[in-house]
Amino acid sequence: MNSNILDHVTAGKADKSDVLINCRKKEAGQGVTIAIKSSVKAFFAKHIESLVSSKIKELSINDIQIEVEDNGALDFVILARLEAALVKMGYPVHKSLQGEPCHDYFNPDFSRLRRSRLYIPGNNPDLIINAGLFGSDSLILDLEDSVAPEQKFDTRFVVRNILTCKNNFLGSSERIVRINPPGCEYGPADLEMIVPARPDTLLIPKCETAEDVVKVEKIVEELERRHQITKPILFMPLIETAKGVINAYSIACASKRSVALCFGAEDFTRDIGCERTRDGKETLSARCSIVYAAKAAGIEAIDTVFSDIEDSEGLKKSTLEAQSLGFCGKGLIHPGQIKIVHEVFAPTNEQIQYANKVMQAIEDAKARGLGVIALGSKMIDAPVVERAKKTLELAKKMGIETAKKEVK
Amino acid sequence: MQMVKNALGRMVPSEVNGRAVKPFEGAFADMVSGKRKAAPPIPRCFPGRIDKVVNSLDGVLDRLPLRDGMCISFHHHLRNGDYLVNMVIEKLARRGFKDIVLAPTALFPVHDKLIPYIESGVISHVEGSMNGDVGRACSYGKMKKTATLRSHGGRVRAVQDGDLHIDVAFIGASAADCYGNANGVLGKSACGPLSYSNVDSLYADYSVVITDNLVPFPCIPWSIQGGNVNYVVTVDSIGDPAQIVSGTTKLTKSPTQLLIAEYAARFVEEIGYVREGLSFQAGAGGISLAFNVYLAEMMKKKGVTASFAHGGGNTVLVKMLEEGSLKYICEGQCFDLDAVRSLRENNNHVESTLSISYNYHAKGCIAHMLDIGVLGATEIDLNFNVNVNTHSDGLLLHGTGGFPDVAAGSDVTIITAPSFRKRIPIIRENVTTVTCPGELIDVIVTERGICINPKRQDLIEKTKNSGLPIKPIDQLMDEVYKITGVPEKVELDDRIVAVMEWRDGSILDVIRKVKT
Repeated sequence: MNSNILDHVTAGKADKSDVLINCRKKEAGQGVTIAIKSSVKAFFAKHIESLVSSKIKELSINDIQIEVEDNGALDFVILARLEAALVKMGYPVHKSLQGEPCHDYFNPDFSRLRRSRLYIPGNNPDLIINAGLFGSDSLILDLEDSVAPEQKFDTRFVVRNILTCKNNFLGSSERIVRINPPGCEYGPADLEMIVPARPDTLLIPKCETAEDVVKVEKIVEELERRHQITKPILFMPLIETAKGVINAYSIACASKRSVALCFGAEDFTRDIGCERTRDGKETLSARCSIVYAAKAAGIEAIDTVFSDIEDSEGLKKSTLEAQSLGFCGKGLIHPGQIKIVHEVFAPTNEQIQYANKVMQAIEDAKARGLGVIALGSKMIDAPVVERAKKTLELAKKMGIETAKKEVK
Repeated sequence: MQMVKNALGRMVPSEVNGRAVKPFEGAFADMVSGKRKAAPPIPRCFPGRIDKVVNSLDGVLDRLPLRDGMCISFHHHLRNGDYLVNMVIEKLARRGFKDIVLAPTALFPVHDKLIPYIESGVISHVEGSMNGDVGRACSYGKMKKTATLRSHGGRVRAVQDGDLHIDVAFIGASAADCYGNANGVLGKSACGPLSYSNVDSLYADYSVVITDNLVPFPCIPWSIQGGNVNYVVTVDSIGDPAQIVSGTTKLTKSPTQLLIAEYAARFVEEIGYVREGLSFQAGAGGISLAFNVYLAEMMKKKGVTASFAHGGGNTVLVKMLEEGSLKYICEGQCFDLDAVRSLRENNNHVESTLSISYNYHAKGCIAHMLDIGVLGATEIDLNFNVNVNTHSDGLLLHGTGGFPDVAAGSDVTIITAPSFRKRIPIIRENVTTVTCPGELIDVIVTERGICINPKRQDLIEKTKNSGLPIKPIDQLMDEVYKITGVPEKVELDDRIVAVMEWRDGSILDVIRKVKT
């Protein structure tokens, strides 16, 4: 039975909050040996050993040598690494080793706030376990650019386990997973493992045509059916090439699941063959095109990341610019950036007061049966009313006091 | 050895290395009235040229009445850049001395070289503070006698009250004159104040200043005064001041540490302490430094000025001082070279002795005037008792510093710590070692919640609508256990390798040998 089993595999790494699992094949009858090395051996050696041995028993594996090199990994990480190792080795593991998946936190919401989208490398448990504490509107568990090709396989197990873990490590943030491009070898495998774990949203990178989105949608639909997922998982197409910018509108319209078009400046500047600069003139036109395409399709647009975590002034400037162009949010790479971005996207007191005045003026006009509404010397038309409503809605979502103050 | 139960329910010995000691009765419970301080021998001097300079360490060792079992002391102003402790011990070992009682104010990884001398019996034990591998050696029972751990203020008290008699104090100085006046702010090895050695110079039988920068009389400022000094020794180098910045004294980029620091600063704001005249101390460590940064921002926004910051000077405090949001820095040590520069150049940045800063058996100390103290910890229990010395596996890995003194003195004492490190939870049913009793701890700030000591109903009241994640301490412990699992209990050996002395000299707790 062991003929297709590899001799030796490893999974994970011995970094902080992570674990390296070494599995070696043993001949039939040699039994199971488990060796635990751990920085928290004094407290958790027995626990880790029983966790691993019970899983091996569950899978009816009778002969194997497992070396655990632990550096304070939590159970969901240990199980992800163990499962990755056993699957790589060739054992038929049909069910997640983590046990019954928890789907309590699955909540795809089309209209939630998306000012801040924080990227977290999917293969870094130490960053993941505290990711939910910072109040980012969305968290992106990344399977793509931050994960080296040889780690792609192991990483899926970690991201799946974090999504289905009973402990809610991601807080009330939207749970986004950035899959690998659907056209490459990793994309479909990502979907196969991640969709059943019910992320709220999938970030689809390197979208160049509507077909790229449709391709993902077909797979997702099939997986949702198979796994009885009743609420549709949402999409965020990420545009990072000139071709993607040209096709932005059709990409935005490709699926009803899409909530926002995102822009990625790093790959885009590489694609068009220029340097990425601090003031970002080289991407201005592309960013505008993406905003127009998104708005024309009735969805939001989200700007690229600001990658200098030390420069809070630069981040503020860049976010103000994004807002002025029509973006509703920024991509972030450090939790320290969240506060600045939220401050920029919050409506100002003046905006709220003006919006209140507009709404008041409408009520007054209605009461008096007037057709044309004016506020001071300015006529209030439909777009002004729409904007006022949006301002008040946004303020409400952000928990900002909008109570009408004395309007004179 | 007879063991008695102290006020915290810990079993502690009634004598340590033959010296009778009392069990801890409460943070301010001791009675000292009528007792007198210890005193050094009375010296005399004659008119004429004074020259105490000896050109080599061996030269001065030849002149000192050295003996087995003597107690020698050092300061740790050069932190991990210190050369002197290793240098002196090596020479004493070569001369065949043994059973030396080492009384440093702290030891650092650079002092791991002492371990062979501990193993061979040249050093019998440490009285004061230790960390890293020397602490580990102590934990594994390698010291002949029981070590005594004291806070900065507790060490001053022990010397002054006669519990710790120093035979020879070795005082490294980056500048000194022939009379023995010395400071740590001038010269190539400038490392800041020399305040840790002040009490040693006053109470030791012999005081030896060791310098790599002999300057013409008078050496000003004179942190150490010549009237208390027997010899001045010249050496090539006393240490590397670049090494005073070590792991615990750098600004952090860790999002979790920053979040904890921000919560702590917001807490201080919510209770109304971001105000004109605020006094505060936030020690070394990434979270503490970040707390200073957040506090500075809040003060600037509000347009208020802090009256003084106490404790280790660092680049963040210096910036506050120079920008005008802080009036004075009173410090006993520098955590980086920016602070050394400021201490040298800025009249509003002053050196304070450890007695003035922390001593409980004194007519007042600066720590007792603090509004806010922000401190770190390795463990905290449900009664708010704090451990800063040992890890949960029992290993003695950290010094005490001024923790108990700051906690005792601050109006609001805030502990900042991650709720778990790697997989090890910080909040436990019981701490492994009590460094500071819970009666002095007001608030614990972690990334997963803030716990207020129920005895501070005023703080609970003030922060109830703050939006901060405030929760009962047992609830936070359970939440973290759900994430980490409940750690197994660690079995320790019966042998006591060190005692934890409270500020008043009573015994707070014991540290037991770790099984190998």
